[in-house]
Parts: sequence; C-alpha cells; structure tokens
Amino acid sequence: MASQAQPPASSQPQGFAYSALLLGWLVPGAGHLLTRHWIRAVLLFAAITLMFAFGLAMQAKVYSPNTGDPLDILGFCADLGSGALYFLARVFSLGAPTVQLVTADYGTKFVVVAGLLNFIAAVDAHNLRIGRKA
Amino acid sequence: MFAPSHFTAVLLFSTFASVVFGITQRSTPKAMVRYGAYCWVLFVVSVIAASWLMYFVRK
Repeated sequence: MASQAQPPASSQPQGFAYSALLLGWLVPGAGHLLTRHWIRAVLLFAAITLMFAFGLAMQAKVYSPNTGDPLDILGFCADLGSGALYFLARVFSLGAPTVQLVTADYGTKFVVVAGLLNFIAAVDAHNLRIGRKA
Repeated sequence: MFAPSHFTAVLLFSTFASVVFGITQRSTPKAMVRYGAYCWVLFVVSVIAASWLMYFVRK
C-alpha cells in the first residue's frame, strides 16, 4: 500500500490563504493579529506606525503615482507598502510636496522604509498563516 | 514640526527597523530579542564608524 505524505490538517489555513498578507499590508500588524500573535502584532503596529508618523512630522515627501524619475516610481512603490497609512496621508495631504530641509529628507526615508518594513511584516504574517513559520 | 538631530534620527530609525527585523527574521521570542538587539547595535555602530571615516576623509 502506497503511503501518501500529507501535511497535518492544522497547518492548512482556514478560509482565504492570503488574508493575513492583505490584512497585514493594509494595517501594520493586523496580519499577525489574524494569526493570534498578539504581542508581535502590537510591536509591529507600533514600530511601523510610529516610523511613518515621525517621517510625516519631519515634513516627509509622500510620493504620488508617477511615471517620471525611476527613483520617484520606486519611492511610490515603497510608500504604498504602508497600506492604509499611505492612503490616509494622501487623503489628508500630510507631509510636504517637496523636500526643503535636511530633516525632511530623513523623514522621506522614514516613510519609505516604514512601507518596506510593512511589506516584510505582511509576508511574515502570510508565512505564519500558511504554517511555513512557527 | 519634528526636527531631530542626525544622531537622534539614526537612533529612532535603528529602533523601529530592529523591532521589525527581530520579529520577522526569527521564530522564538528569545531569538527575536537577541537578533533585534544585534541589528540595533550594528545599525548604530555602523553609523558611528562611517561618521568617523567621513570625518578623517574630510580632513
């Protein structure tokens, strides 16, 4: 009788497999909340949201969709990683349209990196959801 | 408007990035704390070393 190796039933996600990825992207830490990792969720939410908020407080440039300079396009892609935070910043016109101060340059990097970190956090939540990470 | 010094900005950046790196790159809480602390020290020490390097290059 041929044996079939099957993963344990508990490692299979219930429902939509990408829910943690999407939720984690939309709200920092929410993907970990979905996988019931409360402390990780709170820490990720605090770290990414504070980084984004400090960036805006430093008069960061928030990139808008564009087809111009490749660095501006990459900046937009990175900013988009913050999910709802990015959309809120755009809706309420937070930040500055151009970088005029040294601290505004730091702030722009804070906002960009907050988005990139949120991408990493969302992928981590997805790995927890599908059982690839404990 | 929040206008931190360069070093304060480095400390803030290192702290937030290290928290995310620690949580996402390791599996157990103890390893997360150790790796987060390692990343934080590496960020800060690298910046201080690069700053001194630039200081001597400028001289």
